[in-house]
Amino acid sequence: MKKNLLVSVKLTFVLILICAVVFPFLIAGISKAAPGGGKGETITVNGKVVGYEKIGQSFTDDKYFWGRPSAAGYNAAGSGGSNKGPSNPDYLQLVNGRIDSFLAHNPGIKKEEIPSEMVTASGSGLDPDISPEGAYVQVKRIATVQNLPEEKVRALVKKHIQKPLAGILGPSRVNVLKLNIALDELK
Amino acid sequence: MNNELSGVILIFLLTVILAYPLGKYIANVFSGKKTLTGFMNPVERLIFRLSGINPAESMNWKQFLKAMLTINLLWLVYAFFLLLFQDKLPMNPDGNAGQTPDLAFNTAISFLVNCNLQHYSGESGLTYFTQLFVITFLQFVSAGTGIAVLIGLLNGLKEKTTNNLGNFWNYLVKSITRILLPLSVIVAVILVFNGTPAGFDGKDSITTLQGDSVQVSRGPAAGMIAIKQLGTNGGGWFGVNSAHPLENPSYFTNAVETISILLIPIALVFALGFYLNRKKLAKVIFGVMTFLFVIFCSITIYYELKGNPAIDKLGVAQSTGSMEGKEVRFGAAATALWSVATTSTSNGSVNGMHDSLTPISGGVVILDMMVNALYGGVGVGLLNYFIFIIIAVFISGLMVGRTPEFMGHKVEAREVKIAALVTLLSAFLIKAFTALAAYMVVHHPEIAWQVKPGAWLNNPSYHGFSEILYEYTSANANNGSGFEGLGDNNPFWNITTGIVLLLGRYLPIIAPMAIMGLLANKKFIPESPGTLRTDSGTFGMMTLAVIIIITALSYLPALALGPLAEYFSLY
Repeated sequence: MKKNLLVSVKLTFVLILICAVVFPFLIAGISKAAPGGGKGETITVNGKVVGYEKIGQSFTDDKYFWGRPSAAGYNAAGSGGSNKGPSNPDYLQLVNGRIDSFLAHNPGIKKEEIPSEMVTASGSGLDPDISPEGAYVQVKRIATVQNLPEEKVRALVKKHIQKPLAGILGPSRVNVLKLNIALDELK
Repeated sequence: MNNELSGVILIFLLTVILAYPLGKYIANVFSGKKTLTGFMNPVERLIFRLSGINPAESMNWKQFLKAMLTINLLWLVYAFFLLLFQDKLPMNPDGNAGQTPDLAFNTAISFLVNCNLQHYSGESGLTYFTQLFVITFLQFVSAGTGIAVLIGLLNGLKEKTTNNLGNFWNYLVKSITRILLPLSVIVAVILVFNGTPAGFDGKDSITTLQGDSVQVSRGPAAGMIAIKQLGTNGGGWFGVNSAHPLENPSYFTNAVETISILLIPIALVFALGFYLNRKKLAKVIFGVMTFLFVIFCSITIYYELKGNPAIDKLGVAQSTGSMEGKEVRFGAAATALWSVATTSTSNGSVNGMHDSLTPISGGVVILDMMVNALYGGVGVGLLNYFIFIIIAVFISGLMVGRTPEFMGHKVEAREVKIAALVTLLSAFLIKAFTALAAYMVVHHPEIAWQVKPGAWLNNPSYHGFSEILYEYTSANANNGSGFEGLGDNNPFWNITTGIVLLLGRYLPIIAPMAIMGLLANKKFIPESPGTLRTDSGTFGMMTLAVIIIITALSYLPALALGPLAEYFSLY
């Protein structure tokens, strides 16, 4: 028992050194060579950091493409999903409210054209993406508000679709922040 | 074919293709053969010298377990005090507070037992110091403990009659230096080059394009994420784990992390075949596990891609499946695959919120944790499967009227009693505590505890019951994922799940080792034409039947009250 305890103490010290000091500092060192230098990749507009490429932002104005509803308010100080179950009546009412609000802001759009991700909260509350359909369904509103030809906005969305990995793996998506920055530059 | 389906199929195939050579490598490491990582030899010699370990010293099963339990107890005390006083320790750029005693108790136990029942959010509940010195450290050593114990068990099976299960310290160190550490470096480097932070900078404050002021949590996350997946611990850097865009930035990293979840657990099944020189036995075990795994995946992927019928009724398009709690960059299929992978392997990391899964998928992941032996947690998964084998040997022995034997050792009443007890223990812990919590919610909703029982559940009715059932099932399986709507950071949940975690970890380790110790001591009976062969397809089906029957008998009523009832109310 005494011998086990002595070995345990000594071995614990050595393993802490390896697992909690050498390993993370090694990775931190390597990360300096990575894009963003291990601090996360930021996006700069006119010399000012406007966001992190991977972190979604809240867009509530009609002139911008909207992202998904967020249970974390798109504040990456924290993160969180809604954790609502599929049969929860309050939750379904909430989604119904989002649908109505979406329709009110996007005249001329039919319910069945709204992809479900536009009215459901993401897992992280920080989802930076929407599906291409989620962007296309907003083109009409953006064109009207921004006073741009619909064709031009549609082409902009098309340009910002990120194809599946290797062309065949996983979903296509659109990064909302990048799309909105490009939209600002369009004018 | 659909892009989402081709993605998940490729991810799984790639995992198996990588796991096979890794299994061979692991067997070589522990047989003392030459391997690629020979350069670690001097490091290990230094570790042994500094710690006063003689790696050649043999241990019987009791000595082996004593060594394991001693160092685990030390880690528990160490982790508890660091979490309690983390606000007074360095590396706390965000100024986070120390944990309350009940939360520190729960967190320390959780990570000690290779679980990640995180009743806090990483962004605010830990400091960089405790993320590294408690969480990351325990993620390595608890996984190493699992592998070391498995090798001890295999040593008992390898020899005809023996008292020697090898040296626990030797196996613990080598699991880390030869398996977990090298693989973690590879995965962490992949992650940092795809956008996961690894520097020590604190929160960043930015003004968004629209003009809102928000903050972005960061930190040395990449290394921890690598070991959390590879060591089947699952504890995330950020609150939402691998659903977080910095913890899992793309479909590519998601594939890498999914492979990391399954890699070592599957490789250990192959390693068993190489180590014991019984490749056919390994194939049969792999076949049974994979059969159930693929069924579970198919069901979950089907229901998640199909979407939530209640959302269909609201009239919007669900062409991408049920998206509540999921991320667009992964999609429904890859999230479904992950949810089954993480519950099969006792990992517990998530890339989407399980609480928002459709009812049958939610039921499948709970069931998966109840079985807790489809590949399973590193090392301990095979220990759990070993218990099922012992029971299957006994039952089939009775059926055909032969003496039950496993690999030349007679299985007698004592061993079967231990195996039966440990199987019943899981069912007892899960159901008894679920009943207790449900009783509190219904009959004492207004008790003035830190969170009133009436406020524990985030969803009403059947789904609320599933939240309770999930939490205790997860604790018992040392899984750590949750139906996270549950208000679980309060003394009731911290203490009860802490107890379940401890019992759910150590008894299922002690029991198989005790069985092995008893078996290995018995006279060896050479195989004859009359022996019931355990490496045959027939015996594999027998084990499968035992798994299904035991699980169904133990848990079907509980599942009927939660996920099944919700399913019938919704469809």
